[in-house]
Amino acid sequence: MINLSNDAMLVADELTLWRGELCLFDGLSVAVEPGQALMVRGPNGAGKTTLLRVLCGLTRPEAGQVHWCGEPVETSGEQFGRALAYCGHQTGLKADLSLAGNLAFAARLAGLHGEPWRDIMAQLGLASRADLLVRHLSAGQQRRGALVRALMVPAQLWVFDEPFTNLDAAGRDWLEARLDAHLDRGGMAIIAAHHELRPRPGLRTLELAEAR
Amino acid sequence: MVTVVSAILRRDLELGFRRWGDVASPLMFFAIVTALFPLALSPAREVLQGLGPGVLWIAALLAMLLSLNALFRQDLEDGSMEQLVVGPHPLPLIMLAKALAHWLLSGLPLVLLAPLLAVTYHLPAEGVRALCVTLLLGTPTLSLLGSVGAALTAGVRQSGGLLALLILPLCLPVLMFGSRATALAAEGEVVTGPLYLLGALLALAVTLVPATSSAAIRISLD
Repeated sequence: MINLSNDAMLVADELTLWRGELCLFDGLSVAVEPGQALMVRGPNGAGKTTLLRVLCGLTRPEAGQVHWCGEPVETSGEQFGRALAYCGHQTGLKADLSLAGNLAFAARLAGLHGEPWRDIMAQLGLASRADLLVRHLSAGQQRRGALVRALMVPAQLWVFDEPFTNLDAAGRDWLEARLDAHLDRGGMAIIAAHHELRPRPGLRTLELAEAR
Repeated sequence: MVTVVSAILRRDLELGFRRWGDVASPLMFFAIVTALFPLALSPAREVLQGLGPGVLWIAALLAMLLSLNALFRQDLEDGSMEQLVVGPHPLPLIMLAKALAHWLLSGLPLVLLAPLLAVTYHLPAEGVRALCVTLLLGTPTLSLLGSVGAALTAGVRQSGGLLALLILPLCLPVLMFGSRATALAAEGEVVTGPLYLLGALLALAVTLVPATSSAAIRISLD
């Protein structure tokens, strides 16, 4: 068990989760403070995605609780929702809408005005694809579109599941640079990845063992 | 609060127009079923007048059921539902907006189409009016009740039968009051009572359903 400090922002305490006969994690504690990044690693099926979903409040653990600023994530709905940018396995983009249409919807929900996705989209090389239907984009472009959606909101906590899949080398470098800037500003990040992150201060690695 | 509802309505309506085939097929079903009854049974005026209210209401109910299956399926598969759930907005409000969008795309067209089809059954003007009013009060209730079932079964493959099994019993009061009120009105009786009851059912569904379907979609996402 990790020593929990009081000013930690996201604290998960003694999480236990079973999937059928498999125990994904038992008594797992995690804490992420401002300026820190947590990298979740492990073999396929070790429960990286599930852990991230538990930390976001999407999946309920059998035991244990996740706290955001001292409040359980289930009850701190709005506060936690505003602080969180979640990028899951699925892109969360509607295949029958244009990329710009999808982002406009997300911006409206986040209460952002104007077109906050413009800059990020240009940096990711998507500017000329804004008006294409998402179903006509390649897997890598869809993944980038999901990243634009997550990065355009001023969220303090990033929870990204395999953000580097389908990204080329330039895209990876760009995302690493964004992560550095985010951590410098006092942001937090939890990232599940097979890809090795560049070493940086505040980066910790959580190694999940194979499910038993 | 208004922004969430209007944003979801706008998106879902736009998606509905993009995939108009999905929206049109329940309507086609409604029109075809109601058009087949007179052909198969008897074109006699008395027979059709007796059958009309029941047939129109049953066809409307089944058409609604048909359209419910896809209510959350896509949202769950492409991950947009989990984005809505982790977002800052209250989930019951989101679910209410989804049900409202469903009604606008599937329920309202039925209400508008019904008077045309009612002519086939020689329904008198009072009957047609009652049919429209009962459908107007009843189909939103069906959308709401259906959204609970659709949320529960969204993660299940081939959930059509299961969905029907789950929510048909809940829909029976709406069907009974709706079709009986139409039949009584066609015979020239006053039907304020059943209309009030349909209104009460709608009010009950609006208050109880959003919280229930939020819990249901959380289970499907888990």
